[in-house]
Amino acid sequence: MAKDLKKLDEVTIRFAGDSGDGMQLTGSQFTTTTALLGNDLSTLPDYPAEIRAPAGTLFGVSGFQIHFGSKEISTPGDACDVLVAMNPAALKVNLRSLRDGGIIIANRDGFNDKNLKLAGYEINPLDDGSLDKFQLHSVDITKLTTIAIQDLNLTTKIVERSKNFFSLGMMYWMYSRPIESSVKWIQEKFKKNPEIVEANIRVLKAGYNYGETTEIFHARYEVRAADLYPGRYRSITGNEATAWGLLAASAKSGLDLFLGSYPITPASEILHELSHHKNFRVKTFQAEDEIAGITSAIGASYGGAIGVTTTSGPGLALKTEAMGLAVMLELPLVIVNVQRGGPSTGLPTKTEQADLLQAVHGRNSEAPIPVLAACTPAGCFDAAYDAVRIALKYMTPVILLSDGYLANGAEPWLIPDVKSLQDIDVKFRTDPKNFFPYSRDEKTLARPWAIPGTPGLEHRIGGLEKEHITGNVSYDADNHEFMVNLRQQKVDGIANDLPLAKTEGDDKGDLLVVGWGGTYGAIKTAVEKKRKEGKSVSHLHLKYINPFQKNIGDILKNFKYILVPELNLGQLSQLLQAKYLIPVRKLNKVQGLPFKANEIEAKIDEILK
Amino acid sequence: MNLIDEILKDAPKIPIQKYTAKDFQSDQDVRWCPGCGDYSILAQVQRVLPELNIPKHNIVFVSGIGCSSRFPYYMDTYGFHGIHGRAAAIASGLKVARPELSVWVATGDGDGLSIGGNHFIHICRRNIDVKIILFNNQIYGLTKGQYSPTSEFGKITKSSPFGAPDHPFNPLLVALGAEASFVARGLDRDPKLLQNIIRRAAEHKGTAFMEMYQNCNVFNDGAFFQFTEKETKDDNIVVLENGKPMIFGKEKDKGLKLEGFTPVVVSLKDSKYSINDLIIHNEKDTMLSFILARMSNLPGLPRPVGVVYAVERQTYEGEVMKQIDASINKQGVGDLEKLLTHGETWVIK
Ligand SMILES: Cc1ncc(C[n+]2csc(CCOP(=O)(O)OP(=O)(O)O)c2C)c(N)n1
Ligand code: SF4
Ligand SMILES: [Mg+2]
Repeated sequence: MAKDLKKLDEVTIRFAGDSGDGMQLTGSQFTTTTALLGNDLSTLPDYPAEIRAPAGTLFGVSGFQIHFGSKEISTPGDACDVLVAMNPAALKVNLRSLRDGGIIIANRDGFNDKNLKLAGYEINPLDDGSLDKFQLHSVDITKLTTIAIQDLNLTTKIVERSKNFFSLGMMYWMYSRPIESSVKWIQEKFKKNPEIVEANIRVLKAGYNYGETTEIFHARYEVRAADLYPGRYRSITGNEATAWGLLAASAKSGLDLFLGSYPITPASEILHELSHHKNFRVKTFQAEDEIAGITSAIGASYGGAIGVTTTSGPGLALKTEAMGLAVMLELPLVIVNVQRGGPSTGLPTKTEQADLLQAVHGRNSEAPIPVLAACTPAGCFDAAYDAVRIALKYMTPVILLSDGYLANGAEPWLIPDVKSLQDIDVKFRTDPKNFFPYSRDEKTLARPWAIPGTPGLEHRIGGLEKEHITGNVSYDADNHEFMVNLRQQKVDGIANDLPLAKTEGDDKGDLLVVGWGGTYGAIKTAVEKKRKEGKSVSHLHLKYINPFQKNIGDILKNFKYILVPELNLGQLSQLLQAKYLIPVRKLNKVQGLPFKANEIEAKIDEILK
Repeated sequence: MNLIDEILKDAPKIPIQKYTAKDFQSDQDVRWCPGCGDYSILAQVQRVLPELNIPKHNIVFVSGIGCSSRFPYYMDTYGFHGIHGRAAAIASGLKVARPELSVWVATGDGDGLSIGGNHFIHICRRNIDVKIILFNNQIYGLTKGQYSPTSEFGKITKSSPFGAPDHPFNPLLVALGAEASFVARGLDRDPKLLQNIIRRAAEHKGTAFMEMYQNCNVFNDGAFFQFTEKETKDDNIVVLENGKPMIFGKEKDKGLKLEGFTPVVVSLKDSKYSINDLIIHNEKDTMLSFILARMSNLPGLPRPVGVVYAVERQTYEGEVMKQIDASINKQGVGDLEKLLTHGETWVIK
């Protein structure tokens, strides 16, 4: 049956269902296939804090959004074009993210009395006309799945579990994607269980063929490959990229990586990922708590490894005292904080940027620590690599901020040429002649790294104030003040090592939108759109928060207005105002959700009206 | 070969010359109060280390915070004075990163069992090869005399004017409960015993826990005198020797016998009991170790000192290295380019 084939530049699809419905899996399969086709893309998983929340409930809905296109894609999309809803709760929770006229694909079998009641529907929304402004397709997904694998005599539970592949198949058909990559994945993933392989593949095909043969769908779409920079790509999430950036720094520097970490959402995948790569000599130590996570990493750094600890907000709070120790010891250490909604346990699975001031200032006394922020999922690779480089070069702890959105979001990544990675030059002190543990490199102010095992360098370090050069314990007033200043100077001096900041757009104009971290994509999309409309607006995105790059002050001066959008109540705004004494307009959102580009666009319009 | 192996490839693995105790004394003035029990423990450690045939540069002392935690400053080895309670975790990271080092922890009853209690039990269960010397003075020394988790019930201190309402920890039981593979108790005023325990701990592969009764003559003077002073000592301690019956008393006329699971003191003077009735110490007997450790909580029984328990089992860092070696054997040394390009990738022209 011939159907229309329409060309689209970009599409946003959201898969939604119970947390047990396999929506994350469906979404990531669609992502892989889409990436392989050469589309640019960005994804946003959105799942509940409960692992298997009660079926059918509103709070148990798990969603996965993918935005892909033949043009450059920087965000997971403001509004969806398609919503796949496996039950009434999924429909109810996600309807507000569907654009008017968008497509709903509803699993009619999931809209039974019990589920309707759980979602708070009096009447079935599939029948009452309330969805008229959308293109509604109700499909008996569960029934069709059952029929497709009837003869395999599988348990109802297994049949239930397969139905997400029916939705995936339909979407593959609708957006003209091949099923082969998912077939291969199913064969690999369930290879110990041939029946399940057979069932899932059959259901996937049934979904695909359903689109092809039934009359329900009138149109089929095509989204051509994007015009991406030539090279080899892969799809990568922020947490994977962070893990690999750390591994890359280990491989490049010739130092072993030691990760001391206590599991916490949304940082755990870094621990999982690194624990796989034993042949890189990575040692992952699942500690008894966050304090042991960081202190074991400090112990490892003292021994000459790259000590790393990974965590999220509540864990960072626990690491506070030990970060101060690392400042005093002047040992290299990387602390990765994948931010989530807070305070306290807060919104464990949601994103936020509210740990910025904690990272910059959150320690007792004067304890400066460089702070870096990753801006995109793939950008986590460079950020992690850079964090290690700075930690080693300056003998300092470094905090790398990521967030839940970056951690779980995926995008295509142009795989870097390993040889092109910046060299990481490490020197251990070995010469006992004139050795003083707190002598300093003139340029970087770093102290020597003298590791146990080196003959003749036996010495003692600790958290008590150190005498300049000798490193002996000192309570001398002048020495203390001198050392406090010296530690600050060392961290400030890192600015000399950072590339100058560049605006996207013009370097002068009416409005500069200044962001940091995971808001990069939304700000970029908004600013580009407004520039196309002729507005005088540019974008500056900070990867280095402490110290700031040297030219930030000069850039800010070149604009009439400064707008700082943040997923907090204005923490970067505070830092910029304090340092550069300029007025700043703020755009703040603290809903556990990333910015939509149109929220930033509206604010730009308001300022430049 | 990683960078560390490379720079240390020529470092001697055994001492070039024979050390004496003096070689382990650092240039720092020892700042404990005169008469503090810490001095003796320091001296015995410095006396035993030369016997171990480990080069000084391969020895690290890690500590937390407290009077006792000043220990590393006084040792002419590598030393790391950490933060309160975290020595065991710092040492764990160091030992896992560098299994070839000889890593020691000096900690106090507050440092190791209060703020650091969590790290303490976890290092024991993991059996990381770290030697832990816990200076038990049953008081917070450095903060000037508050009661500690090992202070006796009802103890009157600055922070417990009406008596401590806390029931104390028994450090040996905590260690055994956490399945430490080596557990011993020593006395600051018994150098021979101390040396023996330190030597045994050094030889042990795995976490070696040594509780040292230590007199704080400023804030808790005499806490252990009944176990350490000439007049009372022999009747109040039983020195454990593997394979030997448990005899004690000034005249060696008392013994310990098991009735069911309960140890009782019997007299060897009259002919009712002989040596054959007594408990024979067996360092490998898990049940016996608990009985011995429990004796401190029971009135009328002597305090066991010496090596209570010593068994071999796999160490954490040994298992980690096994996994690394197996993985390298199977997949080859990690190749960054291979990692970045493995699995699903695509080329844009
Ligand atoms: C985080 C933190 N809390 C509290 C203290 C204060 N403090 C230092 S040592 C100590 C107790 C030490 O007692 P113990 O470990 O028994 O050592 P001792 O001095 O008796 O040898 C305390 C409470 C500290 N240094 N750090
Ligand atoms: S206060 Fe007590 S434990 Fe501390 S040094 Fe003085 S005597 Fe020793
Ligand atoms: Mg004490």
